[in-house]
Amino acid sequence: MDTYYNPADLAKFAQVGEGNKELMDKFFAWYGAVFAEGALSEREKALIALAVAHAVQCPYCIDAYTQESLSKGATLEQMTEAIHVAAAIKGGAALVHGVQMKNVYQKLSM
Amino acid sequence: MPTATKSLKSLQHPLASPQTQLELIDHKLNLPPFEEMFKQTGEAELRATGIEIFQVNVGKLCNQVCKHCHVDAGPDRREIMTRETFELCLNALAQTDIPKVDITGGAPEMNPHFRWFVAEVKKLKRHVMVRSNLTILLANGFTDLPEFFAEHQVEVISSLPHYTPSVTDKQRGEDVFSRSIEAIKRLNALGYGKEESGLVFNLVYNPVGAFLPPNQASLEKDYKRELHKHYGVFFNRLYTITNMPISRFLDYLLISGNYEAYMTKLVSLFNPSAAKGVMCRNTLSISWDGYLYDCDFNQMLDLKVGYGSPMHIKDFDVAKLNTRKIVTRQHCYGCTAGAGSSCGGATA
Repeated sequence: MDTYYNPADLAKFAQVGEGNKELMDKFFAWYGAVFAEGALSEREKALIALAVAHAVQCPYCIDAYTQESLSKGATLEQMTEAIHVAAAIKGGAALVHGVQMKNVYQKLSM
Repeated sequence: MPTATKSLKSLQHPLASPQTQLELIDHKLNLPPFEEMFKQTGEAELRATGIEIFQVNVGKLCNQVCKHCHVDAGPDRREIMTRETFELCLNALAQTDIPKVDITGGAPEMNPHFRWFVAEVKKLKRHVMVRSNLTILLANGFTDLPEFFAEHQVEVISSLPHYTPSVTDKQRGEDVFSRSIEAIKRLNALGYGKEESGLVFNLVYNPVGAFLPPNQASLEKDYKRELHKHYGVFFNRLYTITNMPISRFLDYLLISGNYEAYMTKLVSLFNPSAAKGVMCRNTLSISWDGYLYDCDFNQMLDLKVGYGSPMHIKDFDVAKLNTRKIVTRQHCYGCTAGAGSSCGGATA
């Protein structure tokens, strides 16, 4: 193994279930239901997944949900806005912890 | 990928040859043969169920050079149907009660016999569909076509790969989107696309890249909302069509390194119910030179009807063609993946 991530491994996802098929079957059934058209469209869900994929920095998920977003009719502009939302929340989440820094700073400062 | 300006044929590209394409499609990858996969439908072989659509490809001449075009059409193509071959088509039609005539190309309107042929088909009391690229309706000598279509109650079917200008122009050429919108406005002004008018105007989506189409009903809602909101135009139905791995799209797949992944995806998404509804079952495709094919894609691969069926319109025999066995190769996976694909959109 010369790298932890190999694009061909994505297709082997189901093999993770070999140690416990029942749990994996439940996961895939739930996963399929989550992404089905509902109150949100399949395209909106694909864009959310694409954004989350960037936030959790999962190369498999970025590959899969770029393809999925395109297959659901999303444009490059929509996909780019989605990852900006992820980036904004990640950046904002880091920055908002500045209030903790401020709390500690104020407690320690004269 | 830059906008194409010439056909593969005029560039003397190896993929201009149907034999080269077939060699590649059938042998480059080790995929299960389509004919075997089709048996998952519960049927032993793919056969026609009767002819409902008489699809006439009147030639490869076109005013556009779209990147994905399976016909390899363009302004540099000169192969168009002659009046004699049109007459053979009319004779064949008159022997039958085939209800629909689907006229395609190239830009079919550029064939000098196009209007005469439409009028003759209407005299036979058949429904006429024309696959118009829209921009031709703005070209000199063709601007009265919307009125001609309306007068003859022609159903107009047009490609618009996306409701955003950038995506459409990427595939079909610079300014094609804005000119298409202008043409749609002309059609709408005559009543085309209004449910109550009886003048049917349908759009076609196909992916601009190596992926499959979205859900047809869901995308139709998006198209209707966005096209009306931004441009004030309307249409009846949206058909989603999968890009077939042949001709210019095959060239793109190979150049971009997407061929293997695309074909693997088509095979992995084989859908038996889509396969049962493939368009070749109720369509007969006629080429500019009068040969008969199971579909327009087979026509471009020079795969004529087989298994003893008459191969030319001059030998037309509806009884033999009605239940003919369909000629299939590996490109047929393009019509059976996911929700399926046909000239009338999704099939499953």
